[in-house]
Amino acid sequence: MLFQHEVHIALEATLRLELRGITKRFGDLVANDDISLTVEPGEIHALLGENGAGKSTLMNVLYGLLQPDSGEILVDGKAIKIKGPGDAIAAGIGMVHQHFMLVPVFTVAENVMLGAEPAKAGFLNHAAASDLVRTVSLKYGLPLDPDAIIEDLPIGIQQRVEIVKALTRNVDLLILDEPTAVLTPQETDELLGVMRGLRDAGKSIVFITHKLREVKAVADRITVIRRGKVVGSAEPTAPESELAELMVGRSVVLEVPKQTSEPGAAVLKVSGLVVADDRRHRAVDGVDLEVRAGEVLGIAGVQGNGQTELVEAIMGLRPSLTGSVTLSGQDITGWATRRVLRAGVGYVPEDRSVDGLVKEFSLAENLVLDLYDTEPFGNRFALNPRAINEAAQGRVEEFDIRSQSEQQPVGSLSGGNQQKVIVAREMSRPLKLFIASQPTRGVDVGSIEFIHRRIVAERDVGSAVLVVSSELDEVVALADRIAVMYRGRILAVVPPNTPRETLGLLMAGITPEADS
Amino acid sequence: MTSMTVDNSLALPEGYWTRTRKAGLIMVLLGLIAAVYLTAIVPNEPARFFLGETTAASGASFSINGKVGTLIFGLLTIACGALLILTNKRFGLYVGLGLAFFVVAALIWQIAETGGQVPLSSLSKITMEKSLPLIFGAIAGVLCERSGVVNVAIEGQLLTGAFFAALFGTMVGSQWFGLVAAAIGGALISLILAWLAIRFLVDQVVIGVVLNALALGLTGFFYEQVMREDTKSFNSPGLLPVWTVPGLSEIPIIGPALFKGTILTYAALLLVVAATVALFRTRWGLRTRAVGEHPAAADTVGIKVLGLRYVNVMIAGLVAGFGGAYFSMVTASSFTKNITGGLGFIALAAMIFGRWHPVGAFLAAIFFGFSSALSSLLQAIQSPIPSDFLAMLPYVATIFAVAGLVGRSRAPAADGKPYVKG
Ligand SMILES: Nc1ncnc2c1ncn2[C@@H]1O[C@H](COP(=O)(O)OP(=O)(O)O)[C@@H](O)[C@H]1O
Ligand SMILES: [Mg+2]
Repeated sequence: MLFQHEVHIALEATLRLELRGITKRFGDLVANDDISLTVEPGEIHALLGENGAGKSTLMNVLYGLLQPDSGEILVDGKAIKIKGPGDAIAAGIGMVHQHFMLVPVFTVAENVMLGAEPAKAGFLNHAAASDLVRTVSLKYGLPLDPDAIIEDLPIGIQQRVEIVKALTRNVDLLILDEPTAVLTPQETDELLGVMRGLRDAGKSIVFITHKLREVKAVADRITVIRRGKVVGSAEPTAPESELAELMVGRSVVLEVPKQTSEPGAAVLKVSGLVVADDRRHRAVDGVDLEVRAGEVLGIAGVQGNGQTELVEAIMGLRPSLTGSVTLSGQDITGWATRRVLRAGVGYVPEDRSVDGLVKEFSLAENLVLDLYDTEPFGNRFALNPRAINEAAQGRVEEFDIRSQSEQQPVGSLSGGNQQKVIVAREMSRPLKLFIASQPTRGVDVGSIEFIHRRIVAERDVGSAVLVVSSELDEVVALADRIAVMYRGRILAVVPPNTPRETLGLLMAGITPEADS
Repeated sequence: MTSMTVDNSLALPEGYWTRTRKAGLIMVLLGLIAAVYLTAIVPNEPARFFLGETTAASGASFSINGKVGTLIFGLLTIACGALLILTNKRFGLYVGLGLAFFVVAALIWQIAETGGQVPLSSLSKITMEKSLPLIFGAIAGVLCERSGVVNVAIEGQLLTGAFFAALFGTMVGSQWFGLVAAAIGGALISLILAWLAIRFLVDQVVIGVVLNALALGLTGFFYEQVMREDTKSFNSPGLLPVWTVPGLSEIPIIGPALFKGTILTYAALLLVVAATVALFRTRWGLRTRAVGEHPAAADTVGIKVLGLRYVNVMIAGLVAGFGGAYFSMVTASSFTKNITGGLGFIALAAMIFGRWHPVGAFLAAIFFGFSSALSSLLQAIQSPIPSDFLAMLPYVATIFAVAGLVGRSRAPAADGKPYVKG
């Protein structure tokens, strides 16, 4: 059955999509506010917007995963009702989600066929599924081994599986939700090439991103979304600054104002550190690094190259196999996290909702998660609510945490304000070292600027600062020195004015010396 | 083009003493206990085994000298351990064989010591019988949990099945109707489980525990109030007929266990095969596993996650309920209060021990059934080994399995997690 579809894939563009007045609310939050846009047949239409602008929500509505509160969807001029992903696929719409929708323990072929399995009397035809994978991947130049298990594949290949999965369903419009977030610059370029190829084969593509460079490289048309509203559209020839301004609503200062650093003595010293990840692979494979007082060391790298494990090992959240960590000359290898924190380390974990906050607890309580048993907030037996609340009021003001009251559950704050709660808490102890992992992930621009300025301020009072981020721009803006991490090793430590191209190559594991 | 698979150059060397080798070491130690200690203390007497179901003097039998037997089987256990250590492969096979050899050695020791006699066919038949409710329960668990719904209510499903079989089988006057009613009884428990778990997102373990208490309370109440008052019209379904397959049932040792039983025996064997094929070869199975591992992924390709979960929970209820008939129509010919006596929890253990796979669950059920049969046997030959010791075995084994000592026991990734869209 699937085969017949395959043979009939048309080579000219077929699908014209129109969204009219789509509105989607989550409680009080209007995630999509009367959004209208048209995707012409055979174009790459970029949907540009900051984190939290409502791009994924809009696409989930289009794909039938969410039902809009109002508005309609038209395919080739006809209004259609999309009640679930099945309807979307039937209408010729496919989607590659921001978080991959692949069953990790299944093979490539099983994932691709899922939901449209070639079968006889209910019995699967594995051979036909494998053939289908081979045919489609050959046709579009996306080689895949149908029998590989998903969890063994690198991210870039998993994404390829997602694309092939959509293509086998004979879709004419493909939604790619932030497909480049997890890729190296080189893999990104490869993907952009694939997108052009698909367009030339007659597919329309909705390409979601917040990265201007990619939009300019590949889009035929650009629609910019801000806070749930369409704020404009632009041609790909428009200058980046104009797009950026549309996206955030004012001109952005990507550069953080700061003086040149005056580094002092080494505070954090990591030597020969080897750390295993959950799959018992060497995630950190012999890292040496040094962060000095009064400087920001930025760790750049594509997600999943050992940054998480490195930080967790420093913080005592993950055992190290060999190597040592010292803090101002004291060996803290293998210390319990609590002891590390109390030795003068501030820590912003990369996933705030899982590791940084207790969402059901109040803002005030979250601000003293580290010191609840220490005077004046409490003692061995009891808490002192008055002191906790008073301290919270001070912090809320100082860190510009927008909230109704300090008794509000912290989970009800916006992402940016949640992040500020963590930063406020971690900066409220006397620090020697401040470690921030993905300090501004999913945070609004205002909060980003605020957090960046606080990080620089922390440096200026003489703390050593370690910033880990997969956003190269952030690392470049904050760091005094940049260490590029690739496959568990520090490939190079370079100054922040290193050309982006060099940094990109380093992130892909290519050292300039090795090449020449 | 980027490489197709992750190369494993970054994988950590495991060190010489892998889990498999450690298990081998334990096997060697067990073997040494048998070959040295047991051989030293066992009397120099023969241990006699009968191939048939009885110990009648006329039946075929063989005997083995106690000292020779414990030595040989102890050495065989050591050999299994040594193979594990040397090859670092085939964990399941050698651990299974090694344990079996050790058990045989221990059995020889006890028989030689007490002068008892063992009818092997009968031992295997009792094993099969004791395993039956565990097989149904464990596979019901597998079918349910593979779709991502935790089934702690197996006990309640078995009990309700047993109750319905007795009540409706007697009232309608047909044992076959009783079997159908049993399945429906289990499905009723499933319906509540599915409804609360899938629709109202209540914690599935909590619902399971509550449903078990509910089933125990309700069936107990009706037993006291209705069945006991008038046993003849409400609680005498009678024993299911035993069907013997001519020829095959004559096979020594395993024949009577597999080919001389009630419909439940044959249904259980069929169920293992059917569940395996269905889960791993059919469209339904692929979708079930997808929904249990990553429901959002299934949803995005148009699979109705909640609908499929309902279906699977209901199928599990039918299977466990049907198996419940064992209690009131196979081992006894009527229902009594709490007749399942916690076997549903052992079935749950068998599911975990069998790593959520129908064949694994079956083997685990047989293993638990065997330890139960063995404990009866030890009592019968008046062995000084307390039978409670063997009754403990399923629980100990499960703790080991869950602690990851015996292979990796990994539940479906979304097991127990309600699915909410968006
Ligand atoms: N299921 C949900 N329930 C409540 N709020 C949501 C939900 N999904 C998204 N949101 C909120 O809607 C806004 C838009 O989110 P999203 O569409 O994911 O943004 P983007 O993809 O542009 O980064 C965010 O503020 C987010 O927190
Ligand atoms: Mg998004």
